[in-house]
Amino acid sequence: MTNGQKTFSGRAWIFGDGVNTDVLAPGRYMAAPVEELASHCLEALDPSFAANLQPGDLIIAGEDFGVGSSREQAAEVLKLLGVGAVIAKSFGGIFFRNAYNLGLLAIVCKQTSEIKTGDKVHVAPEAGEISVPDRNILLTSEPVPDFLLEMANQGGLVAQLETRLSGNRES
Amino acid sequence: MKLTLPRTLAEKIIARAAGLNQVSPGDIVTCRVDLAMIHDSGGPRRVAPILKRLGASVWDADKVVLVSDHYVPGDDDNAKSILQLTRDWAHANAIKNFHDMKGICHVVLPEQGHLKPGMFVVGGDSHSPTGGAFGCFMFGIGATDMAGVLVTGETWLKVPASILINLSGKLDKGLSAKDINLALCQKLGMGGGKYQVIEFVGSGIETMNIEERMTLCNMTAELGAMTGIIAPDKVTTKYLESVGVRIDDDGDWQSDADAVYSEQHDLDLSTLVPQVAAPHSPANAGPVEAHLNTPLDRAYIGACTGAKLGDLQMAATILKGRKSASNIRLMVAPASVKILADAKADGTFDILVAAGAEFLESGCGICAGYIGALLGENEVCISSTARNFQGRMGASSSEVYLASPYTVAASAIRGRVTDPREFLERAAHD
Repeated sequence: MTNGQKTFSGRAWIFGDGVNTDVLAPGRYMAAPVEELASHCLEALDPSFAANLQPGDLIIAGEDFGVGSSREQAAEVLKLLGVGAVIAKSFGGIFFRNAYNLGLLAIVCKQTSEIKTGDKVHVAPEAGEISVPDRNILLTSEPVPDFLLEMANQGGLVAQLETRLSGNRES
Repeated sequence: MKLTLPRTLAEKIIARAAGLNQVSPGDIVTCRVDLAMIHDSGGPRRVAPILKRLGASVWDADKVVLVSDHYVPGDDDNAKSILQLTRDWAHANAIKNFHDMKGICHVVLPEQGHLKPGMFVVGGDSHSPTGGAFGCFMFGIGATDMAGVLVTGETWLKVPASILINLSGKLDKGLSAKDINLALCQKLGMGGGKYQVIEFVGSGIETMNIEERMTLCNMTAELGAMTGIIAPDKVTTKYLESVGVRIDDDGDWQSDADAVYSEQHDLDLSTLVPQVAAPHSPANAGPVEAHLNTPLDRAYIGACTGAKLGDLQMAATILKGRKSASNIRLMVAPASVKILADAKADGTFDILVAAGAEFLESGCGICAGYIGALLGENEVCISSTARNFQGRMGASSSEVYLASPYTVAASAIRGRVTDPREFLERAAHD
C-alpha cells in the first residue's frame, strides 16, 4: 500500500507490451463480485499471478499498459490484490486516470526493460527515481503532476471529493 | 482583428467548456460538461455507491443520458439484476434520457438527437470518441471519474495536442472506413495516438457518410488517442436535421487554417486494399492477402464499430443470393433496434437471413464479452468489431481476426478468410 508513503519498495512482476483491460479484468467475470474478478486478473498471461501476488508487489511492463476499455475494474483489481504500483513505458489514457482516481500509482518509466522478475525495486515517485539497489540500477521516471500524486495519496478521487463536499457543507 | 492564436477544433471546444479564451496543449483545465453518457456496466451499478457515500445527487439529470447495452438481453440472473438496478436508478434520479435495451450507446446517442457540434461530452465507455463524428469533443472515462462528473458537472483534463490525419482519394469498391482504421492501427500502433486528439480532414472525408465517419472516430480508441474528431459539414448538418437536431448556436466549430498540430499523416485512400488484423491486437493489421484461407468457425457482424445500417448493407452486398458456409456460424447483432427496423424495411435483413445469418439482440453482445454466445475453446472468429484482445470475446484460446463487414461477409461464404473484391468482381460479370 502506497498511501501516504513518499517512497516504497516491492518485488517485480514483469509483463510485456499491450497488457490490456480485457486480460486485467476479463469480460466474462465482469458481472461477478470484484473479488472474484480479481482472482482472474492477468490469468491469460500468467495463471499464477493472482494467487501468488504478495501485497506491495510491483507490476513492471512495456508500452500501452491498460489499453482498451474504460472499465475501471482493470485498475481496481490490481489495487484489491495489493499491487503497490504499476511502472510501465506508457499507459492507456483512460487506465492512467482510473488508476489515480482509485489511489493506484501508475508511473511512466521508459527503461523498464532493465528490471527483471523478482528484483526488489525501490520507487521514489516525487524524485522521479526507480532503482534496483541489489544490481546497482538507477532509472528515471516521468514526474507525476502534484495534484495526481496528492489524489492518490489521499486514497483517490472519492476520498478527495468527500473532503471537498464536507468542506462546502461546513462553510 | 483576431484576439486569439490559431486553434484546432478540439482546442476551441475545450476552451469554451473551460470558460477560457485560449487553451494550449499541456494546460491542465477544468471543464463544464454539456452531456454525460453512462451505460449499464459502468453506470448506476458503479456510480450509485459512490454518490451514496458522498451523500450527493446528480448535478443535472437532463444532462445525463443512460443507455442499457452491455448486459442485453439480460438472460442470466446477474445480467437481469444489473439491468433492473439500472432502471431503478434512472427512475429514482429522474433521468428522462434513458434508453433501455434500444441499442449500443455510441449509436443510440446520435440517433436520439443528443449530440451536436461544439459539445463537450464525457462517456463512460472507451469508444466514446465515436461522438467526434458530429463535431463533438467526446472522450471516455471510468466510473469514478464519471461519479465526479455526476456530482460536480465538471471534469479535469490535460489539454491534448491534435494529430492531423489527411485522407485523400477515394476507397475502392469493397472497402470501408474499417479498412482505414485497421491500416492506421498497423501504421501508428495502439499507442500512436499518444492520448492526443486525432482530427480527420481531407477530400476522403467529404465523400464519407456519417456512419463511416463514426467508425473512423470510434477506432481512434484503438490508436490510443484521447478522442477523434471531424469538423461538421453539410453531411453532418443533413444527418442532424434528419434526427431533429437544429444547430442553433453560432459557434465556429472548425479548426483554424493555421492551427498547430503535433503530427500530420497522409493516406491516399485509392491505394488501400482490404485489411485484416490477426490475433490478438488491432495493430496486427495488414492486407487480407496475408491471411487468405485461414479456416474460420464464426463470422460476427456486430458492435458500435461494425453493425450500423451501412455495415449491414455492406455485408448484404456480398451475401445477396449467396449462403454462408455450412461449417460457419454467421451472427449479426444490429447496433440498435432502429437499425434492425431500417434493415427490415430496406430488404437488408431478408438478404442476410437468406444467407444463413442468425440475428442477435441489439447490444454490445459478444464484442464486450460480457454475455451471450461467447467464443469457445480454440474457436476462430472473423469480426467487424474493434478489438481482438486475447480472451475478450470468450475463451483465452479463441482467436479473433478483425475486418470490415465486406470481408467478414465474404469470409462467411467461404468459411475461410476471403478478399471481398472477389465477390464484387464476380457480381459484375454475372
